[in-house]
Amino acid sequence: MIDKFVRSVAEAMAGIKDGSTVLVSGFAQIGEPRALVDGLIEQGACDLTVVHNTAGRGREGVARLIGEGRVRKIICSFARSRGSVLFEEVYARGDIELEIVPQGTLAERIRAGGAGIPAFFTPTGGGTLIARGKETRVINGRECVLEQAIRGDVALVEAWRADRWGNLVYRDAGRNFNPVVAAAGDLTIVQTQNVAELGELTPEMIVTPGIYVDRIVHVPSGDPPVVIS
Amino acid sequence: MANWKPWTREELAARVARDIPEGWSVNLGIGIPTLVGNYVPADREVILHSENGIVGMGPAPSPEKLNPWLVNASRQHVTLVTGASYMNHADSFGMVRGGHLDLCVLGGFQVAENGDLANWSRSEDDRAPAIGGAMDLAVGAKRIWVVMEHTTKTGEKRILRRCTYPLTATACVKRVYTDLAVIDVTERGFVVIDTAPGITIGDLQALGDAPLHSA
Repeated sequence: MIDKFVRSVAEAMAGIKDGSTVLVSGFAQIGEPRALVDGLIEQGACDLTVVHNTAGRGREGVARLIGEGRVRKIICSFARSRGSVLFEEVYARGDIELEIVPQGTLAERIRAGGAGIPAFFTPTGGGTLIARGKETRVINGRECVLEQAIRGDVALVEAWRADRWGNLVYRDAGRNFNPVVAAAGDLTIVQTQNVAELGELTPEMIVTPGIYVDRIVHVPSGDPPVVIS
Repeated sequence: MANWKPWTREELAARVARDIPEGWSVNLGIGIPTLVGNYVPADREVILHSENGIVGMGPAPSPEKLNPWLVNASRQHVTLVTGASYMNHADSFGMVRGGHLDLCVLGGFQVAENGDLANWSRSEDDRAPAIGGAMDLAVGAKRIWVVMEHTTKTGEKRILRRCTYPLTATACVKRVYTDLAVIDVTERGFVVIDTAPGITIGDLQALGDAPLHSA
C-alpha cells in the first residue's frame, strides 16, 4: 500500500543535506509551507540555495532561514519587499549571493525543471540587465534570452487537501507556485491543511498527481494572515 | 506658479478605465494601475488577470466577505466575479507571455519615445532589486499602457528621448497616462491626445526632453 504520510514535520525533513537547492512555494504568505520552512530551520541543513518568490518578509520563514546564515544563495523575483530587513542586512554584509529573476521566468524555469526541459529562450529580459552574461538570440525579430531550468534537491509545498498517494488540491490563490514546485523536486515534501481518503479527491479535481510527491505531513495551520494595508 | 490643474490619482484611474473596451482581458500593475479596476463600469465586462493565478478578479471585499486565501499580485484582498478561474503561477505567466492579455497597465519611472520602459530600478547598483512580474508583462501583453506622474517629486523629467534607468523592456509602451496628459507612443514619437485642464503642449514640452507632437 502506498502511504506517503509521515507523522511529524521532523520526519518529513529528515535527510536534507547541506548544500541542497530548496524550492519554497508560496505567494504573499498564501500557499507557503511555513511549517516545513520552520522544520528546515530546526533540521539544521546549511549552505542552501533557496528558490522563492521573495527574499523573505519580516523575521520568520525564509527570512529567518537567511537571518540565521543558512542560505548561501537566494533566487527570487523580489529581493526588496516590505519588511525584507533580514535579507538586506545579510546582503549588505556580503554573506549571501542574490540571483534576481523576472517572476514569469522564475515560474517557467521551475516548470521546465519539472518537465525535463534543460533551458529555454524567452523574450522576457531581452535588452535589459537580465540578459547580461547570458546567451541571447534574435528569434522572430525579438531578442530572446536563454534561461536555465531550476530543479530542487528538495521542494516544499503547501496543499489544502492531500490523499495518501500524494494527490493534491489547493485553496484559492494558495495554488500559485505549488504545482510547479511540486513537480521540480527530487524530494517533494508537502504540508497539507486537510487529509482526504483515497478516492475522495476526484480525477477532475486533482491539480497535482501524487507521482510528484514523496512525503506528506498533516499541518492544520489554518488561514494565512489577513493583510492589513 | 503653474496655472494648470493636474488630474488626481482617482481621476487618472477613471480616465484609464474609460478607455478599456468591453471584452478585454487586462492585468493591472501595482499602484495607480490597481485603482483602475474600481472605475470600470459595472455593466462593462472586462476580465481582470492577476499574476498569482487568478482570471476574473472582482473588487475589494467588504470586511465580512474577506477571504484570507485570496489576494491579488499587489497583496491586497480581492474577490472573484462569476466565471472566474485559478491557474498555477507558470500557467498564469504563460498566459501573459503567450500574448493572451489585451492590455497591461503598469506604473513607470521613465518612458522613452521609442516605447522603452523603465519601472523596476533607479540604478544599476540597486542593492535589493524588485522586478516581480513587470518584465514578463511588458514583453507579453498585447499592449502596455503606463500610468505615472509626469515628473518626479523633485521635478526630474520622465518623458524622455532615452531612458536613463535600467530598462524593464524595450519598445513596449503604447500609451502613457500622466497627471498632466495622455500621450500615445507612435512611429513618429510621442503624440499628445489629451491634456489636463489649463496645460498647453508648450508647457508639457518643457516638462520632458523628447519632442511632443499634436494629435
